[in-house]
Amino acid sequence: MEITPAHYALLSAALFIIGVVGVLVRRNIIIIFMSIELILNAVNINLVANARHLENLVGQVFVVFVIAVAAAEAAVGLGILLAFFRNKETVNIDEMNVMRW
Amino acid sequence: MVETIVFYTLSALILGLGVAVITTPNTVHSVLFLVMNFLCVAVIYVVLEAEFLAVIQVLVYAGGIVVLYLFVVMLVNLKRDPEAHQDPRRLSLVGLALAGAVLLELAGIVVYSYSREPSAPVAAAAASPVQGNVEQIGWLLYTDYLIPFEVASVLLLVAMVGAIVLAKREL
Amino acid sequence: MDLIWLIPLLPGIGAALNGLLGVRYFSKRVAAGVACVTMGGALLLSIGAFYQLLGAEHREHVVTVAQWIPPIPLATASGEIGAFEVPWAFRLDPLSGMMILIVTGIGFLIHLYSVAYMDHESRGAYARFFCYLNLFCFFMLMLVLGSTFLVMFVGWEGVGLCSYLLIGFWYHKQSASDAGKKAFIVNRVGDWGFMLGIFLIFFTFGTLDFRAVAEAAAEMPVEVGGFGVLSAICLLLFVGAVGKSAQIPLHIWLPDAMEGPTPVSALIHAATMVTAGVYMVGRNAVLFSHAPMVMQVVAWVGVLTALLAATIGLVQTDIKKVLAYSTVSQLGYMFLATGVGAFGAAAFHLMTHAFFKALLFLGSGSVIHAMNDEQDLRRMGNMRLYMPVTFITMFVGSLAIAGVPPFSGFFSKDEILYRTYLNNKLLWGLAVVTAGMTAFYMFRLIFMTFFGEYRGPSWGHQEGEDHAEAHAAADDGHDADAQGHAWHGPHESPGLMTGPLWMLAVGASVAGLVGIPAAFGFRNLIEPFLEPSFTAGAAHEATEHAESHLLEWGLMGFSVLIAIAGIALAYHFYVRRPERSEQLAKHWAGAHRWLTNKYYVDELYGATAIKGTIGSARGLWTVDRHVVDGAVNGAGWLTRACAWVSHVFDKYLVDGMFNLLAWVCTEGSYVFRRVQTGLIQNYAVATLFGVFAFVTMYLIARYVG
Repeated sequence: MEITPAHYALLSAALFIIGVVGVLVRRNIIIIFMSIELILNAVNINLVANARHLENLVGQVFVVFVIAVAAAEAAVGLGILLAFFRNKETVNIDEMNVMRW
Repeated sequence: MVETIVFYTLSALILGLGVAVITTPNTVHSVLFLVMNFLCVAVIYVVLEAEFLAVIQVLVYAGGIVVLYLFVVMLVNLKRDPEAHQDPRRLSLVGLALAGAVLLELAGIVVYSYSREPSAPVAAAAASPVQGNVEQIGWLLYTDYLIPFEVASVLLLVAMVGAIVLAKREL
Repeated sequence: MDLIWLIPLLPGIGAALNGLLGVRYFSKRVAAGVACVTMGGALLLSIGAFYQLLGAEHREHVVTVAQWIPPIPLATASGEIGAFEVPWAFRLDPLSGMMILIVTGIGFLIHLYSVAYMDHESRGAYARFFCYLNLFCFFMLMLVLGSTFLVMFVGWEGVGLCSYLLIGFWYHKQSASDAGKKAFIVNRVGDWGFMLGIFLIFFTFGTLDFRAVAEAAAEMPVEVGGFGVLSAICLLLFVGAVGKSAQIPLHIWLPDAMEGPTPVSALIHAATMVTAGVYMVGRNAVLFSHAPMVMQVVAWVGVLTALLAATIGLVQTDIKKVLAYSTVSQLGYMFLATGVGAFGAAAFHLMTHAFFKALLFLGSGSVIHAMNDEQDLRRMGNMRLYMPVTFITMFVGSLAIAGVPPFSGFFSKDEILYRTYLNNKLLWGLAVVTAGMTAFYMFRLIFMTFFGEYRGPSWGHQEGEDHAEAHAAADDGHDADAQGHAWHGPHESPGLMTGPLWMLAVGASVAGLVGIPAAFGFRNLIEPFLEPSFTAGAAHEATEHAESHLLEWGLMGFSVLIAIAGIALAYHFYVRRPERSEQLAKHWAGAHRWLTNKYYVDELYGATAIKGTIGSARGLWTVDRHVVDGAVNGAGWLTRACAWVSHVFDKYLVDGMFNLLAWVCTEGSYVFRRVQTGLIQNYAVATLFGVFAFVTMYLIARYVG
């Protein structure tokens, strides 16, 4: 049985939804960040698979950019997390409501 | 045949590790599952003939970002269970249902579209003067995608400055 | 000659200095010095300019200092668009040259005289007086030098203002301030005519320049027997002249103007300002010569004024009032001269009159000064013993005005009489009667003042409280000098006062020599000299008269006889038989009452013009109160009613809508607030729902639709 881009697309979709569920369900904000990394990885798999399928390396170039954005996001997000934790002593996202009316 | 076996094995590992990441109560374990997940994805890249990305995946993701997570997990010295408090108004189940629905839809789209168009047309490969995966990506990054590349570097710089400003106790 | 603009400017500077700084800071000596030096400078400049003018080939010189009103296009009668353009231009020609000499010369002498005369005044009032006096000279010089009607009008109004200020100089005296107001208001009537005349001139000719108007008018036909636009212009201008020069029926302000200080009376109300009307008519001689009908009006107004003023002068007992009516009468002579076309004679008489009338006024001021502000002729007498200089100079002046040769008045007046005789015998008759009366009342004044027995208040031996009281009462209005300026009886005035008297006396004696009639075999200098000012330049008429010199000699002899008869009559009534005048007054009580009450003209105006004005004002006030105020109140009520309706509409409809909206927002907020949980994952669910919706839409569009 040949492995087609459809297989990779399904893998990507499944991983994506796993990340989404992690974002929606968990209350620990560190795990939510990690779920976001999973989502990004799902996107990357899709891009790389289609790059090979279409024999066009632009997809891989975009994966490089996605990794750069993921690194930036992780750095800033974790910086905010640290700053917040110093003030509130919590990483529970349900307790992060200081900006609510 | 080999490819098929490798793909399914890796897929099972990736999905299983992903589920482990979002379900493990212990944060440190979760991070470790994530590292393994990334390594599996790197192997997928090798299978997909994207050697450069595989190396980047290992170096940046598994080596850099995940270490960052580990540091944070250690710095956040939790005295109580991070998930102890739960807001009664949160819509977890609705989210879960929606996520499932979207998954079904996506799967439907993929299966349906690829079954109707079994062989996707092959796009004209960019006439690259160089051979090899790393050289070709480098070529593209420094010619057609130079400006996005530079912008990405600026983005990283800004993120670095921002992270330092946020994380530092007093400037 | 290019410096003539400095001539008016110098007194202007003096006025500014005295007005802005002097009242507060200058001592009397400095204030007087500033005024006299600026006037002296103006006099020297005038003499220089006049000398140059005599030597000049073309005796006309216009200096434009600046543009006053830039050209404004306005429609004129001919349908063309005339540029209404007024430069600050000054014109020096024989007429204005003569006038600036008179104004600066006599003005300078009167300034000197005032230094001594006004010495009683407080320091501030002293500086104020010289400020006004300088300001007057400034405007008067602008009037005579102005090259266009509008510049002349500025001077015209300016001298009116200064006249008002100076008549009311002792403003805390009710009669003085009233007299000032009267002069100002009566002059407005004249100015009204003058302004309308100026408007009509611009409308007709499209320019206001004297020379341009004269040349344009010379082109137009003489309006014989008709009443055209030139006649209208001249009549309106003459109304202005009547107001300024106190002719019937606007003569009433001049006698009242004697409330001002005597030097003011001499300068403004005898020598210069009141002659501005004559000057103006002379300036527009070309216009007037083209309007014979108006010339007749001018002549008749002049002669009637001369006659009536002279008759009033016969019975006045106030020394200055006599001189005031005499001035009115002499101005009437001047208008008579212009009316019969003898513009040169009018200007000549203007000049001689300026000399002898200023002399007489200053002399009377000297007498008043000596008598401690006593002006009533009946309380004087025998003054020649106490003040010989004043007596001699005033006697000279009286001879001059009476027309006794060889004093100046004789020549000028005879010139007028002669020209009148040639024109109209009836006018001549009236003028000769006036001449006789002039001689009579002038010598009545002289005899009552300087001859006979002393009838004034006693002095000297009884230096007591009662005298101090009387003294205080005598000059209650004035700033009585607190240093106990005790009055020691009539005394000769100081040198600063007698000096100008001497100089004016010399002037009054010899000024006539420039206009000796040709009958004497000499050349008449002044009339050919002035001739260019009265013509448009091109049309030069021969001034030689065909009449024989015999007629001239005869007329002269007759008028001299008349003058001498008047003098003799005055001598008879007031020196030889003083009681006869009383008897005569009782005998002709009715006529005497009419004369002493000045023909009841003031009362007539009071009963008609003033009552009418007040009545109409009251009527208008009533209309105002009931109709206009009613309309305003009605409008106010209507506004309030509208406002009420609008208010109700606003309150219940507009506000209601807004309140409803606010209520909806408030109530809605309670519902919608619940959506905003602040839980970030709920927002993520919403986002996911969005994704779900879009993917569903894609599916539907792609595979179903």
